[in-house]
Amino acid sequence: MTVETTVPEAPVLRGSRCADCGNVAFPEAAGCQRCGGTALSPLDLARRGTVWAHTVQRFAPKSPPYVPPAGGFAPFAVGYVELPDGVRVEAVLDAIDIDDPAELTGAVVTLVATEPVPRFATRQHQEAGR
Amino acid sequence: MSGGDVSIIGAGLSRFGRQPGVSGREMAVQAIHAALADAGLTWPDVQVAFGGSDGAGLADTLVAELGLTGIPFTNVKNGCATGGSALVAAVNAIRSGAAEIALAVGFDKHPRGAFDPRPEDWGLPVGYGEAGLMVTTQFFAVKIARYLREHDLPASLLATIAAKAYRNGALNPNAWRREPMTEEQVAGAAMVNDPLTQYMFCSPGEGGAAVVVATPAVAKRLGARAVKLLAVAPRTRAFGTFEVFSPAIQGEGTPTSVSTVAARAAFEMAGVAPADIDVAQLQDTESGAELMHLAETGFCAHGEQEKWIAEGATEIGGRLPVNTDGGCIANGEPIGASGLRQVHEIVTQLRGEAGARQVPGNPRLGFTHVYGAPGISACAVLEA
Ligand SMILES: [Zn+2]
Repeated sequence: MTVETTVPEAPVLRGSRCADCGNVAFPEAAGCQRCGGTALSPLDLARRGTVWAHTVQRFAPKSPPYVPPAGGFAPFAVGYVELPDGVRVEAVLDAIDIDDPAELTGAVVTLVATEPVPRFATRQHQEAGR
Repeated sequence: MSGGDVSIIGAGLSRFGRQPGVSGREMAVQAIHAALADAGLTWPDVQVAFGGSDGAGLADTLVAELGLTGIPFTNVKNGCATGGSALVAAVNAIRSGAAEIALAVGFDKHPRGAFDPRPEDWGLPVGYGEAGLMVTTQFFAVKIARYLREHDLPASLLATIAAKAYRNGALNPNAWRREPMTEEQVAGAAMVNDPLTQYMFCSPGEGGAAVVVATPAVAKRLGARAVKLLAVAPRTRAFGTFEVFSPAIQGEGTPTSVSTVAARAAFEMAGVAPADIDVAQLQDTESGAELMHLAETGFCAHGEQEKWIAEGATEIGGRLPVNTDGGCIANGEPIGASGLRQVHEIVTQLRGEAGARQVPGNPRLGFTHVYGAPGISACAVLEA
């Protein structure tokens, strides 16, 4: 068994911003949906945002393509996180209690992983993990 | 499109719902023969045809069963808007003078639990499939969850709307689901994606639908029970909408809706207002979609639905009966056929031939609306 000796770098989502109209896209885009511009520069998105809306996936999605976690499927929260950059990003949402609207609805959440999809966690979930 | 220059002279359906041993193509042929018989025509009278399915084969191959008359027959593949797009093409053929009688057909036969989207087909990284995010129902749930909260609407409306669909389906001899279901049964069913339960969704289904359009002169000559097509408006999304399988919603503020744009265009072309409509078919992939589409298409203000539904406005006999045939929830969703099934129902209602589910008071103006991935909508206005 090896022991992690370095602090892992904080995950970050890479999007892009349109030089012509300022529109922010995720993932990094080749063309701007708003103005059709092609001068886009990469942009590291904010790591903290608020839950714009969410639902709970109650049944195991079809495999493949779904790859359940090692312990098997458990219902998970999924939704969109509104970032101050001006874009809402789809993400899996980690919470202590996914059935507690008070923990997730409009909650401030922090990016905890970028792969295979963005994953954000509530403050309660992060504190519990510490 | 000026009023009155294209008439619907025939509309036909195959059976809807599971039909073991009957192919989607066979259902398409049944629908075409039903539409032709309705118009008092036979296949050799058709001068041009358009049609398609999402996964049940190519429409142009139907000529093998219909008769090799040599007419141009174009395949359409446009997701949930397949039927609507075929109708637009048929209407344009009449308007351009290329034909006097044109046919549109849509059909599908989806296996149980169909719709197996692959991330790469939607331009998404494969991770979205691995993580369990390639699930269409999640999109509908997130959208309605946000909508209910934003407009302070009770989630109980979702069961009320679904119960209406099953009630109307019970009155429709061609519907798949003909068992009425109470609001309690709908609300108490297994939760799929909060706040949507299993019985609030339509299921992938089977069926075919066909519509025959013609010039008013032909309609008159045939003495057909013609219904005027005042407008048909297909649109794709503009910037800032919220669609299925989106890694992000771009833009700020409340997402816009392609349904709003298509409906507005259809009303403008027809020269009528939403308040003038007597009966409507709105895409009800799940009951939240009907709720949102009521406002998105302009029939009521956002948030006003609670009052409308409490008053029974969308029931048969209400101010604006919606999805009188049970909609997608009671008929299932054969993707290619749904848009033309809607047109068939409005034609039936405007002719006063809807039997037990007939809207009272001789409805004169009808409206149809389809919506689907990846952000497409088609709306039509019909006049008796
Ligand atoms: Zn731009």
